[in-house]
Amino acid sequence: MSQDHTHNHGDHHQQTFLEKYIFPVDHKRIAAQYLTTGMFMGLLGGFFAYVFRSQQAHPGHEVPLYGLVNANQYNALTTSHGTLMIFWFAMPVLVAAFGNFLIPLMIGADDMVFPRINRLSYQIFFLSTVILIASFFAPGGAFGGGWTAYPPLSSTAQFSTTPWGSTMWIVAVGLEFVAFLLGGINFIVTLMNARAPGMRMYDIPIVLWTIVIASILFMASVGPLLAGAIMLIFDQTMHIGFYDPQKGGDPVLWQHLFWFFGHPEVYVVLLPAMGIVAEIITVFSRKKLFGYRTVLFTMFGTGVLSFVVWAHHQFIAGIDPRMSNLFTVTTILISIPVTEMCFVYIATLYKGSIELTTAMLFALSFLAAFLMGGVTGIFLGASGADTYLHDTYFVIAHFHYTFVPIAILAGLAGMYFWYPKMYGRMMNETLGKIHFWGTFIPFNCIFIPLFYTGAAGDQRRVYNYENFPHTATDLHYLRQFATASVIVMLLFQIPFLYNYFVSMFKGKIAGKNPWQSNTLEWVAESPPPHGNFSEFPNVYRPPYEYSVPGRDKDFWPQNEPT
Amino acid sequence: MSFQRPMATERSATGISTCKLGVYWVIGSEIVIFGGLLAAYVMFRLAHGSWAHESAHTNVVAGGTNTLVLLTSSLFAVLAHQAAERKDTESAFKFLWCTIGGALTFLLIKSFEWGGEIHHGLTIHKSLFWAFYYTAAGIHAAHVICGAIIMAIIAADVKKHKDLQRVEAIGLYWHFVDIVWIFLFPLLYIAK
Repeated sequence: MSQDHTHNHGDHHQQTFLEKYIFPVDHKRIAAQYLTTGMFMGLLGGFFAYVFRSQQAHPGHEVPLYGLVNANQYNALTTSHGTLMIFWFAMPVLVAAFGNFLIPLMIGADDMVFPRINRLSYQIFFLSTVILIASFFAPGGAFGGGWTAYPPLSSTAQFSTTPWGSTMWIVAVGLEFVAFLLGGINFIVTLMNARAPGMRMYDIPIVLWTIVIASILFMASVGPLLAGAIMLIFDQTMHIGFYDPQKGGDPVLWQHLFWFFGHPEVYVVLLPAMGIVAEIITVFSRKKLFGYRTVLFTMFGTGVLSFVVWAHHQFIAGIDPRMSNLFTVTTILISIPVTEMCFVYIATLYKGSIELTTAMLFALSFLAAFLMGGVTGIFLGASGADTYLHDTYFVIAHFHYTFVPIAILAGLAGMYFWYPKMYGRMMNETLGKIHFWGTFIPFNCIFIPLFYTGAAGDQRRVYNYENFPHTATDLHYLRQFATASVIVMLLFQIPFLYNYFVSMFKGKIAGKNPWQSNTLEWVAESPPPHGNFSEFPNVYRPPYEYSVPGRDKDFWPQNEPT
Repeated sequence: MSFQRPMATERSATGISTCKLGVYWVIGSEIVIFGGLLAAYVMFRLAHGSWAHESAHTNVVAGGTNTLVLLTSSLFAVLAHQAAERKDTESAFKFLWCTIGGALTFLLIKSFEWGGEIHHGLTIHKSLFWAFYYTAAGIHAAHVICGAIIMAIIAADVKKHKDLQRVEAIGLYWHFVDIVWIFLFPLLYIAK
């Protein structure tokens, strides 16, 4: 292994504004770009949820800050909400932002191995964002065929009424896929090759494993859909007929291509979230992770299994019932490794010295809420029960009980935890706790009612239940309660935004390692300079040596020589 | 606006250079993309016996010639790599451009082939077989074009004795583009 010389940045020319903020190659700046774009799109997606839920609660009434919501707009709003939240919020924040920020720092490197490809990946992502937002203003309006974009609705303008919106949507999604493929390659190669001397396989912090395995899962699953997206664009623009039975095609082909990606995709976002939670609960229980290798190999197993469950999204699409049997078995099976990881986390907490910082509160709430989401997935994974529950609000409540913990609870946990490293200052804990309770409680108030209304028969993607008088109209108060909770939850993000931006300037100075953590990112300055480390660290031990008996300090940094 | 390569790029915990590791993962992701497309094609083909009549009209001579052209271009890529290994930048540059020449020949033959087919009404709209044919071969051709452009950039650097390790990397990518064609040719042209 070559001797690492400290990269001399003293003679580095002063970077221009363009070089530093618009076209950076530094992984920390690129992480900030992804984080900013991701947060903006997340808030936009949340705004869309406010609008369409307001339409649900008071159909036909003007929604404040928006106006009247007609059927097409409702479809466009729900489609855009799903699309934005998964591809332009969860993935950019959990995978791209945290991955970019953490990987080089936690392995003791000065940057990613391909900084210019890193920059290119953000540029392609930015382009995809621009195209998607432009689609909202295109003639005919934004695409409204669901984030799942099933043909013939998505392939035929006669049905979708959004010829421009449909094509711009799929082009934006395709470009986003390319951006994440490029970014993922960077993450994988960097973790494989650029680790500090002494950092062996089992010395890698779990969050890095999760982000890299997620990148591999993404890469292995998105390819067929990228091909499928090209076929969809051809169907839309040239009326080819890949998905048109009258021309010899098959709409179910799209479903298979989509869900072959769509299912591993949820693990692409779940894994980084669980990684973030692992880092936080070890630090704030001052305890070793209960089973590092168990978690690691379980994660591999989950990843592999995630490729053989996809058709549980298609139980009532007309697939062979024998296929449904197979996919029910695999789907129920996959709940085992994921639950096991959660139990390992709970075992980590047991008899730990718990410190309930805001980051820890969010991490713990992730465990509680995600377990609920997982349990409700069992009902949906059983093809018999799913025959009734498919396309109802029960499904929506299930996946929000998984996605919201993943993207919002774990994402926020990560932000509170690494904020001191990113900005060199501490966030305000009181505001943090207000933000936490104001997010967690309303979140439950939104979706528990929706389990009820879904089981009672509320179908998805219906803009006005008054058109379906036989649906549970006596449960309308639950729809309204859920909507009110959305508004409360959105309002409670204000203290967070205030905290985030004000603490950058007024927060207590953080120092290098305010949480007394073992991992290498806390060795660098806060915030780390260009090049990260004045002296590159070597690694002497695994990352979770907390409360080791016989030592005076309850933590033992990875880079401290034995 | 000078770019300084980070120290991280030179590290190698696996023993494989980051350059080669990166290309392997790029190839991996591309295998999944083409694999998905071709798997969809094969499933359709098995379900539609009538496609055998359509595929009988593909130009096997053009396709076969192009197979030889691509294989030869891959040979030149190997020779370029060998030259780069012995730091013979002149030869490496020439061999890389021979590879690019192969790519251009491939594209030239293809344009005549497709021009002829379109002239005879065998367009992308003719049937779903032809839709898959043009889509798969078209995406492949796009990869040939992009590969050739990147190869030209690398060749320019090689002439300046810069980044010789990239010759092997682009060679690996080129072999992959070649292998995709080795799959496409029987599936689209030959299979009955």
